Amino acid sequence: MEILMNTTIFVPGLSHFLVVSALLFSLGVMAVLSRRNVIMVLMGVELILNSANINLIAFSRFTELSLDGQMIGLFVIIIAAAEAAVALAIILNVYNRFNTINLDEINLLKG
Amino acid sequence: MFIELPLIILLLPLLAFVLMIFFGNKLPRQGDWLATGMMTITLLLSIVLLITKVGFYSSETITSNFDWVVVGSKSIGFGIMIDNLAAIMLVVVTLVSTLVHLFSMGYMKGDVRYSRYFAYLGLFSFSMLGIVLTNNILLMYVFWELVGISSYLLIGHWYEKKSASNAANKAFIVNRVGDFGMFIGILILFISFSSFTFEAIFESINAGQLPFGSEGWLTAAGILIFCGAVGKSAQFPLHVWLPDAMEGPTPVSALIHAATMVAAGVYLVARIFPMLTADALLVIAYIGAITALIAATIAITQFDIKKVLAYSTISQLGYMIMALGVGAYTAGFMHLVTHAAFKAGLFLGAGSVIFAMHASLHKLHDHSTDAQDIRNMGGLKSKMPITYWTFLIFTLAISGIPLTSGFLSKDEILAGTLAFSTLYGHWLLPLIGFVVAGLTAFYMFRLLILTFHGKPVSEKIQNGVSESPKVMTIPLMILAALSLFFFYSFNPFGAASGWFYTAVERPLSVVPELLQPATYALFYEAVSSVHSTAMILSILIAAAGVLMAVAVYQWKKISADDLAKRAGFLYKGSVNKWYFDEVYNIVFVSGSHVVMRALRWFDETIIDGIVNGAATVTKVFASVSGWIDTNIVDGLVNGTASTANRAGGLLSHIQTGKVQTYLLFVLFSFLVLFVLIL
Repeated sequence: MEILMNTTIFVPGLSHFLVVSALLFSLGVMAVLSRRNVIMVLMGVELILNSANINLIAFSRFTELSLDGQMIGLFVIIIAAAEAAVALAIILNVYNRFNTINLDEINLLKG
Repeated sequence: MFIELPLIILLLPLLAFVLMIFFGNKLPRQGDWLATGMMTITLLLSIVLLITKVGFYSSETITSNFDWVVVGSKSIGFGIMIDNLAAIMLVVVTLVSTLVHLFSMGYMKGDVRYSRYFAYLGLFSFSMLGIVLTNNILLMYVFWELVGISSYLLIGHWYEKKSASNAANKAFIVNRVGDFGMFIGILILFISFSSFTFEAIFESINAGQLPFGSEGWLTAAGILIFCGAVGKSAQFPLHVWLPDAMEGPTPVSALIHAATMVAAGVYLVARIFPMLTADALLVIAYIGAITALIAATIAITQFDIKKVLAYSTISQLGYMIMALGVGAYTAGFMHLVTHAAFKAGLFLGAGSVIFAMHASLHKLHDHSTDAQDIRNMGGLKSKMPITYWTFLIFTLAISGIPLTSGFLSKDEILAGTLAFSTLYGHWLLPLIGFVVAGLTAFYMFRLLILTFHGKPVSEKIQNGVSESPKVMTIPLMILAALSLFFFYSFNPFGAASGWFYTAVERPLSVVPELLQPATYALFYEAVSSVHSTAMILSILIAAAGVLMAVAVYQWKKISADDLAKRAGFLYKGSVNKWYFDEVYNIVFVSGSHVVMRALRWFDETIIDGIVNGAATVTKVFASVSGWIDTNIVDGLVNGTASTANRAGGLLSHIQTGKVQTYLLFVLFSFLVLFVLIL
């Protein structure tokens, strides 16, 4: 670990993390908006949450804000797990009700 | 005894009426025995009362009074008064009523409303006895109207006939005219003297009180109350109802329209006699004289047996009224009593003839011949001996032939009018009196001869005629006996010494001395001096009338048609009843039609115009308000709704129902906000 740390060839800074996080976020949003399958949308949401996690931890690492970011990251992971459980339960019910998990076909609230 | 007995007499016929009207149809023989029996008891009690009163308490007046309505200081009493006048009248009413009940059992046999008929007879008897017994002019007015309604009911007994129901209406309406005057008279007396009883009114006048402080009002009050008598007693100008009233059953004509109810007017004048001023009495005397003359001149040309008798009744009532007017009080009242007997007899006799004619025509199946027309009769004498002989006695009595009751009373009346004119002038009154006496003898014998003498007009009809049953002939015989002189006075040529004249004395006048008619002493003196003249004249004139009738109709020495042609317009006027009905028809009936048409025009044009105008204005207002409502108010409401609706419709396009679209919106707006804030 020490060796790698000390090599000066490439040292990732805060901005690198932020870029990765942004990319991840964009991919998540992309998935949420464009995927027809609910499961895929859920996975998109997970990507967004994780991009947020990367941000939180990155800021925690590169600023003087002690461990607060990491704590919140942990919270997010826990909440994401809970969220996934709830969301999957909803999806099961939706499938029971509509016989599909294609979001385009679930449009009862159409005006 | 004296208060209970008249009460029982008064209430028995009412009880009969109540029983008959509710249970009459359920009783055996439809209850005629009940009604007749109760009336007979009433008659017996009345005779007992008369004998006790006239025999033992002749000079006393028995009254009993109790307060009926008390208003402040004024009270209206409810009482009974029995003087000799009332006691005699009581027997007259109950006697005729009983005999008519008996006669009706034969005459009305098999009638559609047999028990109803007897019930109404009871109601009438009750009301008539009420008039006789009351001591109070208001109560008298009440009973006065009650006899009016029972007369109406009985005239209209065969109401299926249009003429009968019209006659009933006519009788009631014409009477109303007179009763209106009577009621005003009663009110004048009550306002002035605060009492309705005769006694109290006479006492107040005697004490010098006058209505509204003037003698004129006293005369007016007397004449106004007399108006009631003009209506009920069929005096000129309200006499037109009585001949039409003959549409009722003949026994009813005998009871109501000959003997009792029409005499109520005379009784009323006799009751208020003390308060009548000389002027009022003169008016009364002239009304009576005019009535007597008009009716007698009509009677000589009529052919309906009942119409002749009806006009003769009017004429005789005129006599009575005239007698009271000239001050021959006892003679007038006595004529009422004797006339009640022989005129009821004449009507019942006519009823017997009509009954026999009907039966005969019925057997021949002849329904076009008039059973009451004397031109279809003739020669009935041998077929109906009892009817003929009793009819003859009645005819002699009404003609004023000596030995009959009619002679006694008529002779006194004529003497009274003669005495009046020796005292005051007014020679027209005795002149009319004697002329009418002659006319009466003429038309009555004309009726008798055409009905019973000579050859029958049709053998076939005459063969079918037979004497009426006993229940009808017995009343005739009783009345015939009562038409003889000895019931009223043992001296056949003068009633003055008989019990009647002692029992019924002219009451003292209570009006101020200047307004009084001639005192009794003065008048009596004048009567005595002219009495024999009057008697001889009246016998001669009656004999002339009889002779004339016999010459024309029995011996046919003088042709009736020839006489009629010579008399010209007089004959035409008489046949047409002097055109009273026609004139009244034009003046009152058509007159009221004109008024009604004017009122109708007013109603339809003006009143309806106002109403319709108001309706139109409201309608216009309503339609304007309706337009505002539908177009503006509703427009606003609907506009709001449809705006909301359209906006909703537009906005609903955004609601795709797709979660991803919403998320896209969120993202997009977030970006916009982001850009804006930065």
